[in-house]
Amino acid sequence: MKEKIIRSMETVGLGLFVPVVRLATWEEPGEQIQVLARNLGVPLLAILVFCAGWSALAASVETSIGSVPGPAAVWAEAGNLVVDHQQERGKEAAFYERMEKMKARYASEGKKWKDRKYAGKPTYFDQILTSLKTVFAGFLVASLIAVPLGVVCGLSPRFYEAMNPLIQIFKPVSPLAWLPIVMILVSALYTTKDPYFEKSFVSSAITVALCSLWPTLVNTALGVASVDRDHLNVARVLRLSWPATVFKIVIPSALPLIFTGLRLSLGVGWMVLIAAEMLAQNPGLGKFVWDMFQNGSSQTLAQIMVAVFTVGLIGFALDRLMLTLQGFVSFGNEARA
Amino acid sequence: MHRRMRESSSRKILTDLSLRERQKENMNIASPGSFAWVRTLALICGVILTAGPAAAVGDLEKDELKFGFIKLTDCAPLVIAKELGFFEEEGLFVTLEAQANWKILLDRVISGELDGAHMLSGQPIGATIGIGTQAHVVTPFSMDLNGNGITVSNEIWDQMKANEPSLASDKPPHPISADSLAPIVEEYKELGTPLRMGMVFPVSTHNYELRYWLAASGISPGFYTPNDTTGMTDADVLLSVTPPPQMPATLDQGTIQGYCVGEPWNQQAVFKGIGVPVVTNYEIWKNNPEKVFGMTAEFVEENPNTAIAITKALIRAGQWLDDSTENRVKAVKILARPEYVGADEEVIANSMTGTFEFERGDKREMPDFNVFFRYYATYPYYSDAIWFLTQMRRWGQIPEEKTDEWYHETAKKVYRPDVYRKAAAELVAAGQLDAVDVPETDGYKPPTLEFIDGLPYDGRKPNAYLSSFAIGNQSGTAVAPE
Repeated sequence: MKEKIIRSMETVGLGLFVPVVRLATWEEPGEQIQVLARNLGVPLLAILVFCAGWSALAASVETSIGSVPGPAAVWAEAGNLVVDHQQERGKEAAFYERMEKMKARYASEGKKWKDRKYAGKPTYFDQILTSLKTVFAGFLVASLIAVPLGVVCGLSPRFYEAMNPLIQIFKPVSPLAWLPIVMILVSALYTTKDPYFEKSFVSSAITVALCSLWPTLVNTALGVASVDRDHLNVARVLRLSWPATVFKIVIPSALPLIFTGLRLSLGVGWMVLIAAEMLAQNPGLGKFVWDMFQNGSSQTLAQIMVAVFTVGLIGFALDRLMLTLQGFVSFGNEARA
Repeated sequence: MHRRMRESSSRKILTDLSLRERQKENMNIASPGSFAWVRTLALICGVILTAGPAAAVGDLEKDELKFGFIKLTDCAPLVIAKELGFFEEEGLFVTLEAQANWKILLDRVISGELDGAHMLSGQPIGATIGIGTQAHVVTPFSMDLNGNGITVSNEIWDQMKANEPSLASDKPPHPISADSLAPIVEEYKELGTPLRMGMVFPVSTHNYELRYWLAASGISPGFYTPNDTTGMTDADVLLSVTPPPQMPATLDQGTIQGYCVGEPWNQQAVFKGIGVPVVTNYEIWKNNPEKVFGMTAEFVEENPNTAIAITKALIRAGQWLDDSTENRVKAVKILARPEYVGADEEVIANSMTGTFEFERGDKREMPDFNVFFRYYATYPYYSDAIWFLTQMRRWGQIPEEKTDEWYHETAKKVYRPDVYRKAAAELVAAGQLDAVDVPETDGYKPPTLEFIDGLPYDGRKPNAYLSSFAIGNQSGTAVAPE
């Protein structure tokens, strides 16, 4: 039972906390405490030193928006955002109650009723959700383009030579340079009267896709190109058809590198998203940062810092998620960064 | 005799039968006149069944709307109409979304992502005649009068005080013209680093007011030419676009030495001690038009009843805002929320509740700094549109000369007092608006002298007005010389 828990923790990437489990079952407590002190204690100490340093410096810097907030102010502001979210949910519930009463009144008077959606502002948590949805949409589009293209690049060196200049030129382009072009194209081409996806969502997702498909593309090509010659010879001996070769031999061999590429892409995509949202007006974390900046109030800096930490923590969580998935498809010994 | 009676009765039966057959035929053909009463009854039933909570003029074509705004205090009518339920009372369910800057706001209205927005008065005009993105944008509602200020950095203020000793007193005489700035402009120009000032958008009221103020003292703010879209040709002072929230920071850094912007950004500069507002646009042109509520012409055409309902709610919001100082204080609390203007309450209150602070400590009574309803502020006057057109021509954004008729026609294309009047009529009928608050006018305000340089403006004679300026494209010339 304990071993099962430990193994599942390690797969998910929580290997750091395994000594806690062992300590709970009183297995070699001395050693567990030592391991814990080293693995958890040192990072925790570093974080505490960072917070202390931040606190000290913050008080001494005065900007045109007010003094730089220290950890306590940022924590307080995070609390404010939670309270704000709860208040907004309360208002939403009140709105729906009002609508229910009106619906009953209309029904009793025999009039037709149309269901309404609450038109309130998106709270911080709504914005986090929107950002996550957008980044996964963009990431999906990027993967669907990059993986097949990468496989073809890896299998055919000539094709790779043809694609290479384009890849090298478009790889370094910043999302903020793509965004105006994408926005204009989306406005011109996505013109349905009642769209399912908001135009701002589509613009942000496409920008994320454009910037994050390069790591996957390159790593997939590399992975496919470095499939063991012996495996390919086996395929020739068995006279496997081309699709069978690709799906049964090439892709499974290249999976570890493909997943490395996917992991890097998701990381890049998350970074790009925040920048894209600021201009594309997608109601996510990027828009939150920009709107709070425009407020210029005395809480602005604290709110932006809360957003910075949120972005960082979510990026970290996404990275861990991809690492776990990578662990499932690698053969146990792949490097973990 | 019986036989005759039987014959006639049987003929009658025959004729009755054939009449019924004929009626059946009529029903199958469904001639236009026959069931008109049924259709009318159905229409009446339909109207009653789908009528919203208030007495609507007709069915609302679209009732879930998204409007955009920029974080400036004069988005107040939109915010109040939403928060106090005026939109809901008209049967409209409105989402308000802050936009990153004026360009994105305009683009999103044109592309249909936003159904309407808080716009600079010049934006519907500029868009319709093709300055920047071309699209037919109209406005039935003027959101406010006044509300802008010109702020300069502390160093420039000190130099202005050195040039003009009366400015150094505790309460300098107002309005402050750019006369004391002129020597500073010359100095900077000779050093090779001309003075730089910021405004919010090429067709913004701020751009034209800043230029007017500078030109009134003989300083050239630069011209737009077909080759120069930044408006810096022949300029003594370089004017550039800066988004409002970044203005205090850029002023602090020294990238610009002054800016013209709406609130709360002038009062922010005072509170943070980085600049001094020297003049407000109320003093440049008393009761000048500032922001409007813009929608695409297509939207208004396809949704006429919705447009009227929106205008009704906004008129009520404007009326509420100017009703009492108490209402203004309540409005300040709402605007201070982070999803609206978001600035600190005391900064917003400084200009919204009847005062305006110039130098720190020099707070003056200015009850008309923001006007949302008084002086017929909500009516879209053609003469206001024509003033902006003359200024666009004066500085070269309109590259060739135009006839007076062109100015009048363009104003009529963009400003829609017809929608306003329908909305006002309904409000008066419902007792929510006094009939005296609706102006009796043909769209042209009487000629006025209330400009800082005293030049008269008559909206009926735009070309004559253009000829009265010392600096600017005159009527009769093509484009300013290179």
